[in-house]
Amino acid sequence: MHISIAAETVTHFLGLPISNSLVASFLTTIVLVSISYFATKNLKEVPKGIQNVFEMIIESLYNMIQDVTDDKKKTHNFFPVVATIFLFVIVSNWMGLLPGFATIGFYEEVEGGHEVLVSFLRSANSDLNTTIAIAVISVMSTQIMGIAALGFMKYSKKFLNFSSPITFFIGILEIVSEVAKMISFSFRLFGNIFAGEVLLTVIMTIAPFIAPLPFMAMELFVGFIQALVFAMLTLVFMNMAVMPHEEH
Amino acid sequence: MELTKESLQIVFASATIILGTGIPAFAIGKIASTGLEAIGRNPEAAGDVKSTMILGVAFAEAIAIYALVVALIIKFV
Repeated sequence: MHISIAAETVTHFLGLPISNSLVASFLTTIVLVSISYFATKNLKEVPKGIQNVFEMIIESLYNMIQDVTDDKKKTHNFFPVVATIFLFVIVSNWMGLLPGFATIGFYEEVEGGHEVLVSFLRSANSDLNTTIAIAVISVMSTQIMGIAALGFMKYSKKFLNFSSPITFFIGILEIVSEVAKMISFSFRLFGNIFAGEVLLTVIMTIAPFIAPLPFMAMELFVGFIQALVFAMLTLVFMNMAVMPHEEH
Repeated sequence: MELTKESLQIVFASATIILGTGIPAFAIGKIASTGLEAIGRNPEAAGDVKSTMILGVAFAEAIAIYALVVALIIKFV
């Protein structure tokens, strides 16, 4: 049983190493794009079949965002990033539970001298690189939404406020807090999914039949909750960023 | 019991996870209980209180996850 925090390289492409979690995130993207292609082919006014299912999903996401922002224009602006983060995280989390992930692979020599199994596919968010990437996108989109809504000078007044030493200190603290958000987002998602992978690996090493089932159910639930939390926190921070700074 | 890297790994990984999940569990319980009390006192604000409560619980849970990641790093790296 071999557990490594860093994702293992599978091949090299034009000199760049391709890791197994990168392959899994490509697969997630292919799944999402092909689903959206099939759902929007022959759009009907009264939806049926697969178009109906995805209209339900999109509508519930839209309502969730509308509940938080209470403003149609803001919902319209926030919806793409928030919904994409939710869909990407939930699809990659759930795909990581399919058979074949972390089990099918090739043997590789490791420094200890013994051989370990390097699998071809690994859950996309169990790699810190993926989660840091999504976290950076989320925080940067928040800044862009704030600048677009308030203008660059008014938005930067939240962070660099020279009117008094106290507000200057608070502004510096806000900058530190933005960096802390990036770290917190990435480690929350990484910790949950990686710990789930470790748990499933350990359980399947000890008792591979019947016993992993409740843990798989818990992983389904955790994958959904983490996607929801990531999307909702992004939404709440975007909402706070476009609010003009109220005078006390 | 000898003082080797393996035994230290076991001891400190377990201490990390014990403290790192016990304290956030208590914090989440406190957040949820205050949220429920607020909903009980003012059922009209239930939507607002619910979203804020979920937000607070997510932050507290993240701390527990940091402790889990550190424990895994201690044990396996």
